[in-house]
Amino acid sequence: MVRVKLDRVSKYFGRVRAVDNVSLEVMDGEFVTLLGPSGCGKTTMLLMIAGIYKPTKGRIYFDDEDVTDIPPKDRNVGMVFQSYALYPHMTVYENIAFPLRIKKLPKSEIDRKVREAAKLLKIDHLLDRKPGQLSGGQQQRVALARALVKEPDVLLLDEPLSNLDALLRVYMRAELKRLQKELKITTIYVTHDQVEAMSMSDRIVVMNEGKVQQIGTPDEVYRNPSNIFVASFIGTPPMNLIRCTYDESRNVLKCPNFEYELPSAWREALSSRTSDELVLGVRPEDIEIGVESPNAKARVLVVEPLGKDVVVTLALDEETSIKAVARAGTQLPTGEVTGLRIPLEKVHVFDGKSGRALI
Amino acid sequence: MARRDYSRIRRRVWLERALKVLVVIAVAVVPAVPIWLMYAGLVAQAFSSRVTLGIVPVGFTLRNWRFLWSEISMGLKRYPSIWPMFANSLYLALGTALIVSLVAGMAGYALSRMEFPGRSKMMQFILALHAFPSVVLLIALFILLNKLGLYGKGFLTLTGVMVIEAALQIPMGAWIMKGFFDSIPWDVEWAALVDGCSRFTAWRKVILPLVLPGFAAVALFAFLAGWAEFILVFTFITDQQWYPISVYIYNLIGEFKYVDWGLLAAASLFYAIPTIVFFALSQKLLLRIYVGGVKGVR
Ligand SMILES: Nc1ncnc2c1ncn2[C@@H]1O[C@H](COP(=O)(O)OP(=O)(O)OP(=O)(O)O)[C@@H](O)[C@H]1O
Ligand SMILES: [Mg+2]
Repeated sequence: MVRVKLDRVSKYFGRVRAVDNVSLEVMDGEFVTLLGPSGCGKTTMLLMIAGIYKPTKGRIYFDDEDVTDIPPKDRNVGMVFQSYALYPHMTVYENIAFPLRIKKLPKSEIDRKVREAAKLLKIDHLLDRKPGQLSGGQQQRVALARALVKEPDVLLLDEPLSNLDALLRVYMRAELKRLQKELKITTIYVTHDQVEAMSMSDRIVVMNEGKVQQIGTPDEVYRNPSNIFVASFIGTPPMNLIRCTYDESRNVLKCPNFEYELPSAWREALSSRTSDELVLGVRPEDIEIGVESPNAKARVLVVEPLGKDVVVTLALDEETSIKAVARAGTQLPTGEVTGLRIPLEKVHVFDGKSGRALI
Repeated sequence: MARRDYSRIRRRVWLERALKVLVVIAVAVVPAVPIWLMYAGLVAQAFSSRVTLGIVPVGFTLRNWRFLWSEISMGLKRYPSIWPMFANSLYLALGTALIVSLVAGMAGYALSRMEFPGRSKMMQFILALHAFPSVVLLIALFILLNKLGLYGKGFLTLTGVMVIEAALQIPMGAWIMKGFFDSIPWDVEWAALVDGCSRFTAWRKVILPLVLPGFAAVALFAFLAGWAEFILVFTFITDQQWYPISVYIYNLIGEFKYVDWGLLAAASLFYAIPTIVFFALSQKLLLRIYVGGVKGVR
C-alpha cells in the first residue's frame, strides 16, 4: 500500500550493466509487470526494490521516503524468488509462518493466517512436509503463501507461476489478481509470458538489456509499440517487420516485390528519420489474404492450423517471408500466389537505424 | 528392426550386479574383518584374567579395570588415579573442538560469502598450512612456549597445547565449513532478510541450522585430534598431574619390560569410550543434510 518510485536507478556488476538508468513510478495498489527476455535485468530490479542490492546509481522511494539505504527487513516487502528459496530445514507450515514469527505475532494468530494462506493456495494438505518432498509447482505455491501471509506493502513476484500446469496457472492468475485488488497491494510482477502480462497487469514495463523500452497499459504496448524491440516482443505470432526504403519524392515505401503508398499527412512524421531505411510493421492478424485489390502479392509457403485460426507463412520474395492469420477453413493451397491487403490504419513505420517508431 | 535378445541383456545385468556386490565386499568388508577382530580381542582381553599365547583370553575378571577405582603400582612406579587424567583429556579435546568450531565457522562463512582481495590466494595458503604435521613444528613450538613462559606450567601448558592443537585443525575445518556455506544458495539467505530478519537473525535461524552437519563434522574431527594428542603433551608437559590419558597409556607400556596386557587392554578400551560416545552424539547431526526447496538444487 505504498507508491514505489525508482529515480534513474542503475546497477552494474563490474562491466555488466544489469539495470541501466531506469525511472519508474508504480502507483499505490497498482499491478505492474516487468516483461523482457532472459538476462534483461528483471530480477536485479526486484532485488533492488527489496533492498538486497544497493543501486550503483539513483534513488528508490516508497511513498516519499527515500529507502535506498534502508535494509530489507524494514521495508515490509513480500517476495517470491525465481528459485522459490524455501527454507529446506523447515516444514511447509514453518516456512509460511516464518515471517510472522519474526514479527512476533501471537501463536493463535499465526496459526490462523498460515492455514488461511495455505487453503487459498491449495497446499493445506502439505503443511507437515519438508520442501524437498514437494513438486516444483507445490514449492512455488508455498513461496507465494510465505510472501502473501505477512500482508506486505509491496509484493515482488519473480515468475511465480512458471512451474504450474496450465489449469492451475489460470486459476492462480485469477486468484492472485483478485487478492491483489482486494488487499490493494502494490505489486511488481516479473514474467516471460506475455499472455500473463497482458491479462493481469494495469501497466507493463518492457525491458531489454537493462533499459526500459516502453511503459504503458497492455493495450498501449500492443497497439502503439514505441520501437522495433517492443513490436517484435509483444504478440504471437510476432509482428511482421519488412525492411523497405523510402522514396521521399513519391512518398512511397519500396518493399520487397511491392510498393506501399503512404498518405501525404505522414511526410512530416517521417522527416525525423535518420535515413531512408525504414521498417514497415504489420501484425499477422491485420493482414487480409485473397483480396480483390491487393497491396502486394505473395506465394503461400506453409499453412499451420491453430484451432480456430490458421497461421499462413507467405514469401514476398526469395529472402523475405511474412506471417498472416486467417480464419480456419480458408482454402490456401501451398505454392499458390495470393493477394494481400495491408490496411493503412494498422501499419507501423519504424526507423531502420534507431528502431524508433515514426508512425 | 531386429528383435533385441533380452535374455542376454538380463544375464549381463545380473553379472554386473554380482560383480558390484563382490567389489563392495572386497573393498568394505574384507579390510574391516581384522579391525573388528582386533577390537573383539581387546574387549575379550579387558575382561579376562589370563591370556595364553599372547592372544587367547581365559577366565572372566574385573580386576583389569582396577585403575578406575584405585591407584596402581607396578614395579617401582606408582600410577595415580586415572580420573584427573581423564578430565585433562576431556578438557583438551572439548576445548579444541570448541575453538575449532567457532573459528572455522566464522572463517568458513567469510571465505564463502564475502568478497575481499586475495581470497583465493588465502584459500590455497590455508590448504598448504594443513600439510604440516605437528611433529615438524615441535621445536619451533617448544621455543615459542618457552618464550611465552608456558613450558612446564601445568594447566597453562595444557591450555597452550589446546590452542596449538586448535590452530592445527582450523585450516581444514574452515575449508570444510566453507563447503557447507557454499551449498546454501544466496536466495535462501535473501529470503530470510526479506522476511524480516537482520543479517544475524538470518544467520542464526536459517544458515546455522543448514550448516549444523558441517559443525558436527568439524567438531568431531577436532575432538578426536585433541583426544588422541600425544606428542605435544608428552613433550611440553612436565608435571604428571596434568597428563592426559594418552600419556598414561604410553607409560603403561613403556615403563617396564613386564606389561600387564589385561590392564593395558582395559585402559585402552576405556580410552576409546568417549570417542564412541561423542561420535554417536554427533552422527545424527552429520547425516542430517537437507536438500530441496530451491529450484535447481534437488
Ligand atoms: N551477481 C551478479 N554478478 C554479475 N552479473 C550479474 C549478477 N546478477 C545478475 N547479473 C547479470 O545481470 C544481468 C541481468 O540479470 P537478471 O538476473 O536481472 O536477469 P533477468 O531479467 O531476471 O533474467 P531471467 O529472466 O533469465 O531471470 C544478466 O546479464 C546477468 O548475467
Ligand atoms: Mg530473473
